[in-house]
Amino acid sequence: MNEIYFDHSATTPVLPEVVEAMTAYFTDYYGNPSSLYQTGQRSRQAVEAARQSVADLLGADDPKEIIFTGSGTEADNLAIKGVAAAKAKRGNHIVTLAIEHPAVIEPLRHLEKQGFKVTYVPVDKSGIADPAEVVAAITDKTILVSVMLANNVIGTIQPVGEISRQTKARGIALHTDAVQAVGNIAVKVNELGADLLAVSAHKFHGPKGIGALYVRKGTRLDSIIHGGGQERGKRSGTENVPGIIGFAKAMQIAEAERQVKAARLISLRERLVKGVLDNVDEAIYLGDPVRRLPGNACFSFKHIEGESLVLHLDMMGIAASSGSACASHSLEPSHVILAMGYSAVAAHGSLRITMGRATTEAEVDKLIDVLPGIVARLREMSPFSAEATAETFMAEFGGEEHAHDH
Amino acid sequence: MYSEKVMDHFSNPRNVGEIADPDGVGQVGNPVCGDVMKLTIKIEDDKISDVKFKTFGCGAAVATSSMVTELVIGKTIEEALAISNKVVAEALDGLPPQKMHCSNLAADALHLAIEDYRAKQKAK
Ligand SMILES: Cc1ncc(COP(=O)(O)O)c(C=O)c1O
Ligand code: FES
Repeated sequence: MNEIYFDHSATTPVLPEVVEAMTAYFTDYYGNPSSLYQTGQRSRQAVEAARQSVADLLGADDPKEIIFTGSGTEADNLAIKGVAAAKAKRGNHIVTLAIEHPAVIEPLRHLEKQGFKVTYVPVDKSGIADPAEVVAAITDKTILVSVMLANNVIGTIQPVGEISRQTKARGIALHTDAVQAVGNIAVKVNELGADLLAVSAHKFHGPKGIGALYVRKGTRLDSIIHGGGQERGKRSGTENVPGIIGFAKAMQIAEAERQVKAARLISLRERLVKGVLDNVDEAIYLGDPVRRLPGNACFSFKHIEGESLVLHLDMMGIAASSGSACASHSLEPSHVILAMGYSAVAAHGSLRITMGRATTEAEVDKLIDVLPGIVARLREMSPFSAEATAETFMAEFGGEEHAHDH
Repeated sequence: MYSEKVMDHFSNPRNVGEIADPDGVGQVGNPVCGDVMKLTIKIEDDKISDVKFKTFGCGAAVATSSMVTELVIGKTIEEALAISNKVVAEALDGLPPQKMHCSNLAADALHLAIEDYRAKQKAK
């Protein structure tokens, strides 16, 4: 087991209070919420109370606007495929960002195969999209704009509110993937002007395998999973009652703790960034220094391969992740780092540190302490002309867009 | 994801470095992910007397580099040429499927270093 966990963007531990809130819904209140008798109605009430709570926390006008799904990925799929199916007669064009999570990019690629056109708007070197560029990509065929709120690799926060003013004026649905944002920054659907918004509980100390999609009243959306008609016909399948209870409980705690936690994480992040840049040569801090998630620090180290770096950290009990081609299942470098205009070599040497509610200053200092030694060791092992050769090989890979981050 | 042997060779790689006056040099790049390995060999009486490597790559690339150096020291040129990427991967108790390509790096660098040695011999 890793003593130090720096991968909160991958997932988080479920809080004991959340487990406790869920437990009775596995064993005692196990009824199907669709059943008419008391045991079933007990589950129904709990699910509806949870829905109300999630709606309130997101600032939604009506709990009917919350649809529970099987994951954040499913919420994104429902938003994209659901709007595409409902609006296919009106148009076949969708606008999104080049740095979206695969949960958004892959459904869009799937729609492209069916004849939809998708514009992937680039980001600047700091990893933020220009709202004017997103708006400029809209055509009279555009039916959906999908812009993530916070990026999972570099933590950058996108100007969703500015974009939604323009989509609203044009009557185009706006979806935002807020999976990394909830629990870390303020997420209110009306302030953001979002018509659809995806959330996932395991990113804020809730259980895995439960997500939600906010759908503003009046937004046309077809179901993508058909069956018994649960979740107002938008998502069939017997409700994951304990998951829904855990989702709401975790979100209540995350929201109550959010501001204090954010202030603490920002100061830890600044300490980490300074410590790393002061102690490791030829290191770059990726992403925007201010408009980013409080707990995210992402670096690239020259002449370093990220998977080796992650393995060395692991041997010292530290869990972190990398956007290196070698570290990904697909053997492709992070499409996010490429989209910011960096080479595949920079992606190769990337390290993502994501801190959370339990992260301490001592843990940050430990990382600052061990990182320079690991980097030096890996650089020593690197062939003399590695970079020149790597650049040549990378030239072939550099321009393509790939989507395989976690 | 990696076997104990892979992690052993990754955390304690054998024969890291570069021979100052090598008899053969093999450098290869991995076309899949863009990693690089350089192998330098010393040959005495048709036998590989010393070998060193430098690698820029993943855990499997480092471990296969290290393993190939252990496998070839003391071997004749013919024996060394018989070492394929499969042999290296098996010596490490296997590699995850998406990492098999990394073992090509080590085997190819070895074969290139031997070719380089032979070319130099001919030129003499
Ligand atoms: C930005 C973003 N969107 C979507 C997802 C998918 O969420 P889930 O793991 O619940 O499917 C993730 C997490 O992996 C994410 O970071
Ligand atoms: S060398 Fe890149 S995946 Fe192994």
